[in-house]
Amino acid sequence: MRHLLGIAGWRRDELEALLDRAQAHLPGGPDASHVLRGRVVANLFFEDSTRTRSSFEVAARKLGADVLNWSYAGSSVSKGETLLDTARNIEAMGPAAIIIRHRSSGAPSLVARHVKCAVVNAGDGAHEHPSQALLDAFTLRQRWGALEGRTVLIVGDVLHSRVARSNLVCLKALGARVVLCGPPTLLPPGLEEMGGEVTHQLDAVLPQADAVMCLRLQTERMSEAFLPSQREYSRLFGLTPARAERMKPDAPVLHPGPINRGVELSPAVADGPRSVILDQVANGVAVRRAILEVCAS
Amino acid sequence: MTTVLFQRARVIDPRNGVDGVRDVLVTDGKVARVSDAPLPAPTDARVVDATGKWLVPGFIDLHVHLREPGEEGKETVLTGCRAAVAGGFTGVVAMPNTKVVNDTALVTELVLSRARDAALCHVYPAGAITKGLKGEELSEAGELIGAGCVALTDDGRPVMNAALMRRVLQYATQFDVPVMVHEEDLTLSAGGAMHEGATSTRLGLRGIPASAEVAMVARDLVLLEETKGRLHVAHVSCEGSVRLIREAKRRGLRVTCEVAPHHFTLDDRAVGDYDTHAKMAPPLRSDVDVRALREALVDGTVDAIATDHAPHGVSDKLVEFEKGINGIVGLETALGLTLALVHEGVLTPRRAVELLSEGPARVFGLPGGHLAPGAPADITVVSPGEEWTVDAHRFYSRSRNTPFHGRTLKGRVAQTWVGGRCVFEDGQLKESR
Ligand SMILES: [Zn+2]
Repeated sequence: MRHLLGIAGWRRDELEALLDRAQAHLPGGPDASHVLRGRVVANLFFEDSTRTRSSFEVAARKLGADVLNWSYAGSSVSKGETLLDTARNIEAMGPAAIIIRHRSSGAPSLVARHVKCAVVNAGDGAHEHPSQALLDAFTLRQRWGALEGRTVLIVGDVLHSRVARSNLVCLKALGARVVLCGPPTLLPPGLEEMGGEVTHQLDAVLPQADAVMCLRLQTERMSEAFLPSQREYSRLFGLTPARAERMKPDAPVLHPGPINRGVELSPAVADGPRSVILDQVANGVAVRRAILEVCAS
Repeated sequence: MTTVLFQRARVIDPRNGVDGVRDVLVTDGKVARVSDAPLPAPTDARVVDATGKWLVPGFIDLHVHLREPGEEGKETVLTGCRAAVAGGFTGVVAMPNTKVVNDTALVTELVLSRARDAALCHVYPAGAITKGLKGEELSEAGELIGAGCVALTDDGRPVMNAALMRRVLQYATQFDVPVMVHEEDLTLSAGGAMHEGATSTRLGLRGIPASAEVAMVARDLVLLEETKGRLHVAHVSCEGSVRLIREAKRRGLRVTCEVAPHHFTLDDRAVGDYDTHAKMAPPLRSDVDVRALREALVDGTVDAIATDHAPHGVSDKLVEFEKGINGIVGLETALGLTLALVHEGVLTPRRAVELLSEGPARVFGLPGGHLAPGAPADITVVSPGEEWTVDAHRFYSRSRNTPFHGRTLKGRVAQTWVGGRCVFEDGQLKESR
């Protein structure tokens, strides 16, 4: 048993081994329904995310586990129960793993310090979203064989993005070069110390990218004055067909979803030949099966 | 009152320029003689062999939250005084942000009466600048000071309204008390949980930029210059602030400031894996800021070391980092953390003592802070080389929230004397009640 609280702390060979294991969980792979048979996997979601929750649920069921879905809506949390109280109550039901999504950075690591079962971070605040980074790396590896020496461009709201942080750490660990691009108000200090390169000139870096990863833009960023408008954002940082022309011919476009069509991505690009967004979703199940196998069994 | 003779102590008394082995005679609660020749012991005297120890003016903490009235589960005047004397403090300034705010003489009197009952150390209440700390109307400063308040502060929150801040600086000049400020521009710190920097980025926590403090220091120095008032900047945490204060002092403005031991000891990396014991306001800053604070402690920009002793319950800290309450207890670790700077060669022993006793007494115009004949016999005896390991469970404070649990410190309080009476000795309280 071990936790997956973030990509940080995992060695390259461990990450590679996990991705190799995910390979075996692709459709058509050997039957794995015995791996967690009779065990319980608890989904503890304090924030809505049908996409991630469903993906973990499908992954757990394919390993033979029973899934306990707990959501904060209407729960005792609204009656003042603390995160640790909730986690300990779930733990008392004997799960092999608790998968936790929370709006506060560090919530899974707090839980991990106080429960005995494995804790898998399904996204915490603006900290990490490790399973997303692993499925992104898996998707790129599927195309390239290896990430060593490749340049991945991450575009958008890095400040609030756990996907960006996890990907930065993961891609660096696997040998890729990572360039982060966005408006200065949405690129926090210290990204270079984490191994990233920072730019605000999308058109200048697009031709260097072997892959472009767009981040979701939360509409409330406008009201918080990080940006003047969505319109200006998409004009400066939106991936339009014209911009996509500047990319390397075979460079894929990734997006963690859900997409704001016409903001981060033009529909023509989102649905076009470069898009690997649906591959990401499909690979997500295989990667999460591998994660649960490593952490919960 | 007993007579006490301290023999062969290393007396460090910055105000009177003393640093050397002396005998000190205390009678009637006051210092009677400080002599470099051995003094004969009067017949009824208690004789204390202080060989190898430092005998210094009792420490004064300008910034302590005693939580009474209102949050007695975290601390009371009594338990706070116990923690104070265990930390070598003979006087503490009690912040007014209790759950009934100290904005009237009634609350001031309550705190003073609890302090009299505790009968351990001096408690000097600070009164609120604004009624209910709301930042709207001035509280009746004259009444508060008449009842015993030694400073005005809305600590815990800034005075965001610049016009109001200007007025209180003006108004307080008639009483000649310092206006103590918690400098934080709330529009810059909003939503922040720790210092903005590489660590906040890595942890995905919203940062509080240094400018949240520095911009307010700058504003208040501008207001100070116009009003000719007295400004005391609480818990200075960053390089930009000390630079502005240093420059203002050079220009002759009446500004003073304090730094907390955690701010000169730890940087933002102490948050580590979301450790809420490293969560405070202002937050732990960068290593560059820590170095700047240390320089400012050395060069005289900083007037006092003050702990910002902020007791909280276990459940206040056992939560998500963003939800964790700010603050740590500080009274019982202040000496050890300050002496760490002496052992590292950053501060001289004399400067360390100055920052803990003479400086704070001078800044707030409090009695004590020196050992000339006639001074109150508020004395701290220090074993400077004694190593000990911080065990929060053994604190005299009612709360245990500290990031220093388990840390080994060198330098410990051997005895604390208040008004010629021994109140703490060899790890034990000496309570008269
Ligand atoms: Zn404060």
